[in-house]
Amino acid sequence: MPFLPITYASTSTKILSSWRTSKPVIDYTKCTRCAICWKFCPDVAIDLVVDSSLKSPNEKFSSLEAPSIDYDHCKGCGICETECPFGAIEMVREEE
Amino acid sequence: MPLTIPREEYMEQGHTACAGCGAALSMRYMLKAAGPKTALAIPACCWSVVPGEFPATNLKVPLLYTPFAAAGAAISGLREGLDAQGKEDYNVFAFAGDGGTADIGLQGLSAAMERGHNVIYIMYDNEAYMNTGIQRSGSTPYGAWTTTTPVGMKRDFKKQNKKFVADLMIAQNVPYVATATIGYPEDLERKISIAKSIKGPKFIQILSPCPPGWYHNSADTVKISRLAVESKVFPLYEFKNGKFSLFKPSKTARLTDYLSLQGRFAHLKEDEIKVIEESVNERWSYLLKKEQS
Amino acid sequence: MTGNEAVAAGVKLSNVKVIAAYPITPQTTIVEKLAEMVANGELNSKFIEVESEHSAMSAVTASEMTGVRSFTASSSHGLLYMHEALHWAAGMRLPLVMTVVNRAIGPPWSIWGEHTDSFNQKDTGWLQMYCETNQEAMDSILLGYKIAENNKLLLPVMNMLDAFTLSHTSEPVEVRSHSTAADYLGELELESKMDFNNPAGYGSIVPPDGPFMEMKKDMRDSMYNATNAIKKEITTFNDLFNAELPGLTENFMMEDADYALITLGAISSTAKYTIRKLRERGQKVGLIRLYFYRPFPGEEIVKAVKGLKGLGVVERNLSFGQRGPTFEDVATAIYGRVDVPMRNYVVGLGGRDVRVKDYELMFENLVEGNNEIEWVNVGAK
Repeated sequence: MPFLPITYASTSTKILSSWRTSKPVIDYTKCTRCAICWKFCPDVAIDLVVDSSLKSPNEKFSSLEAPSIDYDHCKGCGICETECPFGAIEMVREEE
Repeated sequence: MPLTIPREEYMEQGHTACAGCGAALSMRYMLKAAGPKTALAIPACCWSVVPGEFPATNLKVPLLYTPFAAAGAAISGLREGLDAQGKEDYNVFAFAGDGGTADIGLQGLSAAMERGHNVIYIMYDNEAYMNTGIQRSGSTPYGAWTTTTPVGMKRDFKKQNKKFVADLMIAQNVPYVATATIGYPEDLERKISIAKSIKGPKFIQILSPCPPGWYHNSADTVKISRLAVESKVFPLYEFKNGKFSLFKPSKTARLTDYLSLQGRFAHLKEDEIKVIEESVNERWSYLLKKEQS
Repeated sequence: MTGNEAVAAGVKLSNVKVIAAYPITPQTTIVEKLAEMVANGELNSKFIEVESEHSAMSAVTASEMTGVRSFTASSSHGLLYMHEALHWAAGMRLPLVMTVVNRAIGPPWSIWGEHTDSFNQKDTGWLQMYCETNQEAMDSILLGYKIAENNKLLLPVMNMLDAFTLSHTSEPVEVRSHSTAADYLGELELESKMDFNNPAGYGSIVPPDGPFMEMKKDMRDSMYNATNAIKKEITTFNDLFNAELPGLTENFMMEDADYALITLGAISSTAKYTIRKLRERGQKVGLIRLYFYRPFPGEEIVKAVKGLKGLGVVERNLSFGQRGPTFEDVATAIYGRVDVPMRNYVVGLGGRDVRVKDYELMFENLVEGNNEIEWVNVGAK
């Protein structure tokens, strides 16, 4: 077969963390698991996970899927911080 | 809490869009509604680079790259090729920027819609040639700084009004025409789903804020998208089978709320903002009348 | 049938599934005929009435990408308007076939024959075939798909016929058996077609350290390496259909020739007539007709020109600021291998007649070898 200009490989192995100047950190005690941050992430870098270690003072929230930042692919745009209605996400400056 | 948009992702992580890219959100939302049985054509635009370089691709649907002016023709060919094999149930989408739609690709778009192929053309509108570095397009609004309308001593900012391609598609009586923006993902998903359910040509224009091109904070992409609607700068409307309906936002914003977050408008003086205000109001009453007629 | 009807018959025989075309004289009657065939149910094909040639080529590129045999045709300015999309089709390694009815490029406007339009496309990665007769015009469509769809090649094929002298002139043409043609070509099985189960990017960007150069090299190697397969395919075709296609080139009365001309396309027939006439007068003259121009039949030319005392390259196209492209390509092919005095003759631009006496003049000039002429049958300003 000829050398075709066709690409199949996944991009998810690409690590983009060096693009960031600051990173979002979720305060799970404030997070209501509304998934708005997941919805607005242009980098598909927020997963929804069931993880009992991500504690919330409210029992109701603890059993729900919680957002978890994929720091390999987050570019640090900060949309999640702006859009979070509960102030549960804070952008923290990356160290040099 | 139940999710308000589909969970499935057909756009992978690891793409090379800028941080806070509105066009990346447009693609993500579009594919969620489009689903896996979708063939995509992308002409020259940011998204001809964003999916990743050889040997990678970040979309979980087949994607044909096309020449700049060729999106309309390419979706026509994809559609007829699939139909010739009895694959009528596959979706065919174009995903093109505003340069490739309002300018160099307008002829091909108009003809594809006129021929009536069963296709969906998505224009992700970031209001300038962003992939080549912020040159003005027909879709750039009045007042905007771009690298080809630089603010200098003798000549400054774009003096012409935005060309509204969705309006042109209505004039052509395309069966389904809509405007949308990434600040309203549920609305966007709904519009793509409606488009899928209608046989024939469909056109959706998605306003997609661009942090480096609009000189805004990357964290404000979604906020600016909403402000564009609330300030009536970018009205959301639908034209379905000849019936026009205009979305009236319950929350309104001032024009300056929208402009002040964007460096591309930073040079504007009061009288120039007034010019924008007047044209925004004029357009809003034009659209209201259109709805009533 | 006319050349254009013969092309349409060839497309029907090839069981093409998608046709996209835009009108331009003198190609128009091809797509008119195809539209009629589709309308009458003679040809089961999708027909896209595009709004431009750029869109015609872009549409068939996309339809071929889905895995169905596709076709378009154009001429002159329409072909130039396709130029970008021609590179795209070849670069995507799609086995398209198109017909070009050769017509001059304006300004000034001219709808008549010459080869500049397709010569401007010789570097796009398409194979190029120049037909001399309407029978060849039909057979070349079938042969074109067969060659293009060869899994080792996967490059598109451009078939040329001259404006009016072939396109609109009737000649006896034997329409090949439909069932034999169907067996010969079979259904298109394009391994690289769009696959929904294994989604890919078709044409993704390649950085300088990626395999961009390797892909281009592979295209060039594939085209070079295709010559043997093409020759074999022509033999098979001739046996199967009782046809008379030449090889990559046709040598006419070259066995003992001292002087020869090189031509392409329909003007070769007048050259052959002239050669017969000159032979009767005892002149040892001959003709090499290039049926294929890409891949360039260099080896065939080297063999044919050995022992010649003079070679004239007849050019029905023009390059400004340099000799004609055919002259350059022939010179490159024989350089360092055969030493033959060469002349370049520019003829037949804008549909200008190439007459028997013009060929006589060219041979005369080759034999005398003194004053070099370049332009034939051209007046003063």
